[in-house]
Amino acid sequence: MTAEVLEGALEQVESHLHPEGSFDVDAHAVPTGREEIWRFTPLKRLRDIHANAPLAGTSFEASFDAPDNVRADRHEDDSLKGVSGLVPWDRISARALAEATSSLAVTIPAEAVLERPVFVTIKGTGTDEATAAHLVIRAEKFSKATVVLRFEGSMTLADNVEIVVEDGAQLAVVSIDDWADDAVHVGHRHIRVGRDAQFKHVDITFGGDVVRHDTTADYSGPGGAVEMLGLYFADAGQHIEHRLFVDHTAPKTKSHVVYKGALQGEKAHTVWIGNVLIRKVAEGIETYEENRNLVLTDGCQADSVPNLEIETGEIEGAGHASATARFDDEQLFYLRSRGISEKEAQRLVVHGFFNDLIRQVGVAELEESLAATVEAELAKNVLAGAL
Amino acid sequence: MSTLEIKNLQVSVDTEDGAKEILKGVTLTIKDGETHAIMGPNGSGKSTTAYSIAGHPKYQITGGEVLLDGENVLEMSVDERARAGLFLAMQYPVEVPGVSMSNFLRTAKTALDGEAPKLRTWVKDVNGALDRMKLDTAFSSRSVNEGFSGGEKKRAEIAQLDLLDPKFAILDEIDSGLDIDALKVVSDGINDYAAREGKGLLLITHYTRILRYVKPDVVHVFVDGRIAESGGPELADELEANGYEKYVGTQAAGV
Repeated sequence: MTAEVLEGALEQVESHLHPEGSFDVDAHAVPTGREEIWRFTPLKRLRDIHANAPLAGTSFEASFDAPDNVRADRHEDDSLKGVSGLVPWDRISARALAEATSSLAVTIPAEAVLERPVFVTIKGTGTDEATAAHLVIRAEKFSKATVVLRFEGSMTLADNVEIVVEDGAQLAVVSIDDWADDAVHVGHRHIRVGRDAQFKHVDITFGGDVVRHDTTADYSGPGGAVEMLGLYFADAGQHIEHRLFVDHTAPKTKSHVVYKGALQGEKAHTVWIGNVLIRKVAEGIETYEENRNLVLTDGCQADSVPNLEIETGEIEGAGHASATARFDDEQLFYLRSRGISEKEAQRLVVHGFFNDLIRQVGVAELEESLAATVEAELAKNVLAGAL
Repeated sequence: MSTLEIKNLQVSVDTEDGAKEILKGVTLTIKDGETHAIMGPNGSGKSTTAYSIAGHPKYQITGGEVLLDGENVLEMSVDERARAGLFLAMQYPVEVPGVSMSNFLRTAKTALDGEAPKLRTWVKDVNGALDRMKLDTAFSSRSVNEGFSGGEKKRAEIAQLDLLDPKFAILDEIDSGLDIDALKVVSDGINDYAAREGKGLLLITHYTRILRYVKPDVVHVFVDGRIAESGGPELADELEANGYEKYVGTQAAGV
């Protein structure tokens, strides 16, 4: 089903969840911070990428490592822009798409089962000039693959990642924002999930000054399943924002979203917006979304807003949960009653809080390195004696 | 020789209507080699005694002291009390998602001993303790208490008692919610522990059932935050036959 057919088949929904999209940059006014989609974001720290800052920077090194049967092509034209059905719904996405001079397309051939993950690494080397980037990941029919996107170093990046999971394919995309402290990253991801396809997104955000991810998914046929797992850790002064939108555009589709975050230090701020729309056509779907935040010190702020909009009564299940809490005194008491010091008990609880999610990643070769990344982050923070 | 002395312990908790006094002066002494049972109706202060000694932040100590070999444990933090040799098996063991039993047990053992246990013997010790409690060794890779049935949680508490080997153990309603087979397994574990050199045991229970398997030297009856009567094992038999009516009745008559 092409994008046009899909859009024709769906009724217009006056959804408050999402503004209408446009490829035209001028159709998106420069945000003031009062708009619903911008009200949590510290615009002043975006280095004007939301306004008119040039996006032609080249201060980064990209590397690509994949099995031989994976194709990587660079398209020096606009042919792939919007290929997943992405229509930019905010100015940064529109600007990043318009100003990207090329698109990198990573294609997993039909029926290929990759023996090892594809790695795409962006290592920033400077924040002075902002960069626009466009990446397309396509898992062709019945293929099975894991793609790891790694972001490191110092950079000002506005990117769009379009992901097409064709019918019957199984794709996992693991995105790791492990930036230096001065990086700014505003990323948009759109995923189109085919008939009976399975998509898993693992979204890990640790570093950076401001990191904002808009991740949206819809379905081009029945039977598709999306799992989105997120893990974030905000230190003093850091802003990490996740805005998710799962648009159930086909019957018998599933979505399961769990994001977990920890905050520590003065003015650490996290935002999680979880939007789910169940359209009239989307009968028999199942959706669940959950966000949990662990606030480790005073002076942090965790905003968490789940939204569920339902246009049909014929659904299998729909639920959401959101909780923001400090350490659970009963857990700490239990651990300490066995002789474990307060600090060590806190470290165990935070470790467990994240580990619980890492276990669900289900990509064996990554779980260990993710656990190690979490451990390193905890060592910098919880273990550093700040508690 | 080890001794746990509870002297005139007074404890209150904060409620919406202000501080509420729960323990109104409890005094008892347990020497090593002894097993004491505390029995009493709901709300008499049995669990409060256990949690206060372990240092749960919910309880305010308003008077008295608790001495372990002459040292006042009430001045210690929760984990210092455990390192001094106290252990509390809880009525409702807490789930800690994402932390494996093996990680938890090794961390606790390391904290108690001041050094990490020898890897080779430790795995064997953990598996042995689980096995004695009829818990599959797969439990060591599961999250602490998460998804355990009520009985499995209780058996896991006794497996910890076995491994961590404290001087004094306080078991808070370890028997509640156990079927007869699980009760026997748990009782065997408690008896194995109590038979070790220099151990003291305080067994808190609502029912006399477990006292058929774990024989107390002394039985205390708690009523309204005080010890109403202390005696030998025969006191448990009397309670089995007559219940708490006599004590509650006396109290009611006294008021």
